[in-house]
Amino acid sequence: MAHAHESNVKKIWMVFGLLSIVTIVEVALGIIKPDVLHLTTFLGTSPLNWIFIILTLFKAYYIAWSFMHLEGEKKWFRRAIVWTAIFLICYLVTLLLIEGGYLYDTLAPLVRW
Amino acid sequence: MEANIAIPSDGKNTWSGGGVRPFGASYGKMMMWFFIVSDALTFSGFLAAYGLTRFKFIDSWPIADEVFTHIPFIHGEYPMYYVAFMTFVLIFSSVTMVLAVDAGHKMQKNKVAWYMFATIIGGLIFVGSQAWEWNTFINGTYGAVKTTDGKVLQFVKDGHQIALSDFVVGERTDGRVTHTRKNGLWWESGEDVPQYSVAQIMASYEANPAIQIRSEQINLEKKQKIILSREKGLAELAKANMVVEGANLKVNEYGNTIFADFFFFITGFHGFHVFSGIVINIIIFFNVLLGTYEKRGHYEMVEKVGLYWHFVDLVWVFVFTFFYLV
Repeated sequence: MAHAHESNVKKIWMVFGLLSIVTIVEVALGIIKPDVLHLTTFLGTSPLNWIFIILTLFKAYYIAWSFMHLEGEKKWFRRAIVWTAIFLICYLVTLLLIEGGYLYDTLAPLVRW
Repeated sequence: MEANIAIPSDGKNTWSGGGVRPFGASYGKMMMWFFIVSDALTFSGFLAAYGLTRFKFIDSWPIADEVFTHIPFIHGEYPMYYVAFMTFVLIFSSVTMVLAVDAGHKMQKNKVAWYMFATIIGGLIFVGSQAWEWNTFINGTYGAVKTTDGKVLQFVKDGHQIALSDFVVGERTDGRVTHTRKNGLWWESGEDVPQYSVAQIMASYEANPAIQIRSEQINLEKKQKIILSREKGLAELAKANMVVEGANLKVNEYGNTIFADFFFFITGFHGFHVFSGIVINIIIFFNVLLGTYEKRGHYEMVEKVGLYWHFVDLVWVFVFTFFYLV
């Protein structure tokens, strides 16, 4: 283990600071919900939602790479984990969200408000 | 006797997973990773199903800001703050966990123990917070009525949601009381009868022109629930057949039944992961105190439970986004 004797303490606190800042930004945006971002549409949803999703993936990257120490693993071990998960999740989410949209288009006209 | 024991137990040896280390990862660490991948797929299945259902009911899904608005001991509406606090607790406990792993690499037994202890405390605070959150969700705040065609009607005054107790007056006229084991059939108890009856709510609505009804339907341009006119509200209210307070798996005051179902299921499944993480952390914590890993010569076990703990944090990051933010 090459990393066995070096200390990562400083880096750990830096990542914590980063994750905290991102969370604060998310919460602030969630409370303020600026109309420009919230009530407009960009690629199928509001820009605000895209910001949330991107910041979430950003946090996930730091948790996996730094805290779970994926960056220190062998390249193909890392890929076996990350590629598998990302491929299957993208596949599932794509199909299910398309299906959800279809259900709305089909069923919503039948609801009498 | 000898034939039944693979490894002589008096030698205090543990099975190390064998000498083969593909990709330089030990057996235990690799299996923990593959478990995490499969568990991540389970959670994605839940969240993707949540996404499908939300897309299906995109014009009537409850707005999270209006549902999760409470902080312990403080009255008033503060959306988001409490879940944000929970998120911080979990991220911070992830930090103490990774510090424990780091101290383990340097064979600093006391530091590992203290950081593990902090991690366990963080986990307990999180699970406690979630229990409080569930309790608030189940008890509800405002109350609503449900109509025969399955719509949930909420009550607003000046555009803000108000509780049934804020405007309902008079006595209930149907004479219903909760059927308990001692006042009805022996040894049988019935469902709780809500504090107010439908007729009482309707009479109070008619008597007070300031009250309006908010439907589940969302104005997709403004992303707000549509507030009905007094006349339309009365027509909807005439279809009401049930008073709803709080939430359970069949009905809830926030809107779609399946919204509460997903809330219970996804946060519950995550909470169960946190709980089992705490239990595993406690076991490892005592092993650290007993010097098990000091004798073994490495703290890889701390690293492995650390992976699980970070994974729980990772999942929460997604639950937080898709349940409370988006």
